[in-house]
Amino acid sequence: MEERQITLQIDHHFVTVPEGTTILEAAQKIGIDIPTLCHIDLKGTCIRNNPASCRICVVEVEGRRNLAPACATRCTEGMVVRTSTLRVMNARKIVAELILSDHPNECLTCPKAGNCELQNLALRFNIREMPFNGGELSPRKREVTASIVRNMDKCIFCRRCESVCNDVQTVGALGAIRRGFNTTIAPAFDKMMSDSECTYCGQCVAVCPVGALTERDHTNRLVEDLADPDKVVIVQTAPAVRAAIGEEFGLPAGTLVTGKMVAALRELGFDYVFDTDFAADLTIMEEGAEMLNRLARYLDGDRSVRLPILTSCCPAWVNFFEHQFPDLLDIPSTARSPQQMFGSIAKTWWAEKMGIPRERLVVVSIMPCLAKKYECDRDEFKTDGNPDVDYSISTRELARLIKRANISFTLLPDMDFDQPLGTSTGAGVIFGTTGGVMEAALRSVYEMYTGKTLKDVNFQAVRGMQGVRRATVDLDGFELKVGIAHGLGNARHLLDDIRHGRNEYHAIEIMACPGGCIGGGGQPLHHGNSAVLYARANALYREDAGKTIRKSHENPFIKTLYSEYLGKPLGEKAEHLLHTHYFNRSVQ
Amino acid sequence: MKLPCDVAGKVDAICDAHGNNPGELINILHEAQHLMGYLPEEMQKLIAGKLNIPVSKVYGVVTFYAFFTMTAKGKYPISVCMGTACYVRGGEKLLDEFKRVLGIDVGETTPDGRFSLDCLRCVGACGLAPVVMIGDKVYGRLQPVDVRRILEDLDA
Repeated sequence: MEERQITLQIDHHFVTVPEGTTILEAAQKIGIDIPTLCHIDLKGTCIRNNPASCRICVVEVEGRRNLAPACATRCTEGMVVRTSTLRVMNARKIVAELILSDHPNECLTCPKAGNCELQNLALRFNIREMPFNGGELSPRKREVTASIVRNMDKCIFCRRCESVCNDVQTVGALGAIRRGFNTTIAPAFDKMMSDSECTYCGQCVAVCPVGALTERDHTNRLVEDLADPDKVVIVQTAPAVRAAIGEEFGLPAGTLVTGKMVAALRELGFDYVFDTDFAADLTIMEEGAEMLNRLARYLDGDRSVRLPILTSCCPAWVNFFEHQFPDLLDIPSTARSPQQMFGSIAKTWWAEKMGIPRERLVVVSIMPCLAKKYECDRDEFKTDGNPDVDYSISTRELARLIKRANISFTLLPDMDFDQPLGTSTGAGVIFGTTGGVMEAALRSVYEMYTGKTLKDVNFQAVRGMQGVRRATVDLDGFELKVGIAHGLGNARHLLDDIRHGRNEYHAIEIMACPGGCIGGGGQPLHHGNSAVLYARANALYREDAGKTIRKSHENPFIKTLYSEYLGKPLGEKAEHLLHTHYFNRSVQ
Repeated sequence: MKLPCDVAGKVDAICDAHGNNPGELINILHEAQHLMGYLPEEMQKLIAGKLNIPVSKVYGVVTFYAFFTMTAKGKYPISVCMGTACYVRGGEKLLDEFKRVLGIDVGETTPDGRFSLDCLRCVGACGLAPVVMIGDKVYGRLQPVDVRRILEDLDA
């Protein structure tokens, strides 16, 4: 049946929309930008929060006595809406002033300054004084975790973080507790996030409109390390960073700035600029070998082998299954994430080649992710207390540091990564988007399994933004069934099926963040615009298409690494340096 | 703290009786609180597990409504009426005296677990104002000087 169309009038413009459309969406369609605060709807993903609680988006509807929230009011035939009358503007201003009345006046030193949606509204509504004295707020919790900083005095109760944590990610770490002026957003029993089931995915940070939830900043530490002449400071950059950091310098979303990013890192003073994509290729060697090994045993009739094999590159996802599915710890691949593989190889093979003692070498990672900060801290990735990756900086932090170091990013020349840990294939690049790890694995697994050359490396079936995708790949007669999920709620569906013995897959890729790493918690803020995520994903596929080598196992330096040092995938040395084990972290 | 086995079984049964429906959370908490007089952490986790919702949601509801409590009640739960009639006839002075003698605040329980102190709003015995309920028993027309004697009688 065809959708019924409705025609209404907004600010004297006629607009026709399908039944069920909200006033906010109808207005957006004709370029009328109604301000919002609590509302977020990242179209094409499952990120949505629409409690209609802040009342910033009120509009006047003819024939209606009260102002209506545009985000939650559906259009009706013949409706006449006005979005900028004096009454509307005054109401909005008062709502904003009331929110500001118990918000700390710390804009000058707030990490969100300049990127704060509340601050932007104050500017937009021309608020020049604070007419209301707020109620007495009881001081709320502050907490610094390995990844996330929580300063609940700044919380405005939009509930975006709660929606994302519960409905999208189904982690359930954050929820509103108590009432009135004592309300706060916290884990159950008002525990610390670090004692909760939080996975550090950082999606709460990605949607927080104010400075209540922010990343743990390591830029000061980095500045000191870079200035220390006794230290050799090297950097690895995750694939998704190059597709997003340009946004922080005014470039359109999806602009690839790989070369400028490398140049900026050299300007900052890193001794060597390497690429996590190299380690992504290495991950495919190990994870692919593991997948083939499990498949071969399965096809030989060994029914004790655990299938499907699940990817393990995403530290928030690892946290998720350690907390929520401790009974399935033997299913994910034991391969470490690319970040950790990089650190491990940099501090052994590379450091030995270069004659740099471990204690002088500082490995920094630039990540689109906040969970990576926590991952660096995990004990199993340390040797005698010295971490393989010393610390991780988010895309946002790097952008801030580049500005602080007076570097005109857009004027920089394009430069290349250093060798050998900076050489990567197209397969490594697409790790940054949902479906990319699976596609990279398929390119290698196909050739390793069949012994034939793969003609077309583009596996369109695994690409896209649908929450759960499935595809069947013909491996010379054997039908390999693969699944892809992004967003932990989608992952939970697949895991529940596996737990209950319903499984149709041989291999599944999971990324915690909607869109994969391009939508990570450490990326430039999307402010609810999902076009940004699509543009970043496309940028990675463009970079892949432009590479001469597009299969991980053809990376010449990966070959050197195995012949010189590691031996073969899943060999003794590889197991020791590139694989890990998982823990039951269930808190209930 | 682990829940006693029989309590855990009863919580299970309450959730089942409500079809393990998350929409029944408030009713379930209401009944569950009767089991021990309060809603300890373990009980909330159990309920969250049965209803397949995050514990943070359960805890959010428990802390939102004043009726729910996470403090174990004393052997003698004391509730001082703060309804209009009792209030104007000295309910607050009575409450202050209980606080002073017991050394606890409203919503708390004495460390020995014998007494807990709460307020309530009207038990329908305004003619006896000010009124205090201890367990199921109503004490009327009390003065602050009576407080110590009542507590000693209970303790005897």
